[in-house]
Amino acid sequence: MSALSQTKNRTVRFGIVVFPGSNCDADSYDAVGTFAAAGARYLWHKDMELDGLDCVILPGGFSYGDYLRSGAIARFSPIMKAVRRFAGDGGLVIGICNGFQILLEAGLLPGAMHRNEGLKFVCRLVNLRVENAVTPFTNKYKQGQVIRIPIAHMEGNYFVGAAGLAELEAHGQIVVRYCDPSGEVTKNANPNGSLGNVAGICNRAGNVFGLMPHPERVCDPVVGGSDGRGVFESIISSIAQARI
Amino acid sequence: MRAKVYITPKKGILDPQGAAIERALPALGFAGVGNVRVGKYIELDLPGGEDSVDEVDKMCQNLLANPIIEDFRYELVPG
Repeated sequence: MSALSQTKNRTVRFGIVVFPGSNCDADSYDAVGTFAAAGARYLWHKDMELDGLDCVILPGGFSYGDYLRSGAIARFSPIMKAVRRFAGDGGLVIGICNGFQILLEAGLLPGAMHRNEGLKFVCRLVNLRVENAVTPFTNKYKQGQVIRIPIAHMEGNYFVGAAGLAELEAHGQIVVRYCDPSGEVTKNANPNGSLGNVAGICNRAGNVFGLMPHPERVCDPVVGGSDGRGVFESIISSIAQARI
Repeated sequence: MRAKVYITPKKGILDPQGAAIERALPALGFAGVGNVRVGKYIELDLPGGEDSVDEVDKMCQNLLANPIIEDFRYELVPG
């Protein structure tokens, strides 16, 4: 995999974890590649080190075939120890779709995912309202901005206990919610039954972010949109600023 | 010993699969069926004896079930 490394001479270094069954790793790699100030390299799930990286991406897919529960087995991959350490040291970690499910199973984010309310795999563009635009992952968006990003999942029905939800809200940890085109958070705009229309959350420290929508799929107008670029721009900008 | 582990969605947690089955049963003439819940059933052999209870409990807590959304119970039978 090191042959694919393009992190030399680039500023912000992304590592993309490849689990058996990941299928959005290449999309994430390509998305990062569209930013001149960034480079990406793949990490195998058996790797133990995250040396020299600024941000780790847990990509979408069906790690370990989603056996038992989505993310339940991936959580025990050797690399997850390193990811936990990296996150504990303040490193930026973003989990997209299956990556979000893995972060939940690993306890790096609170709550759990279960089957979509409608029992269907949902694959379409959805509207998201940016609820917190001061995280390292969303600072290039405006507070309350409505962005269009695709979802593609069967288990995106977020659940957390009442106390957990109150805590998320109190600390600004709900980062994006499903909304209608005008930005209203409504039941009809909720594609999967997710509690509080939650589409993405971060940890209390703000350096671990999980979301069901796929920003890496909308980083180029040629493939349907560019609303996802803000996530990568935000990461690149916050890392660049932290270095000053 | 052999462990039989039963995992079910927690009370109050929406179970879309259970709801779908509940809607399908009346179509087959089974009226009045309610509260259908779909879970998982796992069997496994254990190296130890009766004292394996703690171990099975830990397996359930840490992997077999997700305690945020699922309840579990288990029984140990001579394997």
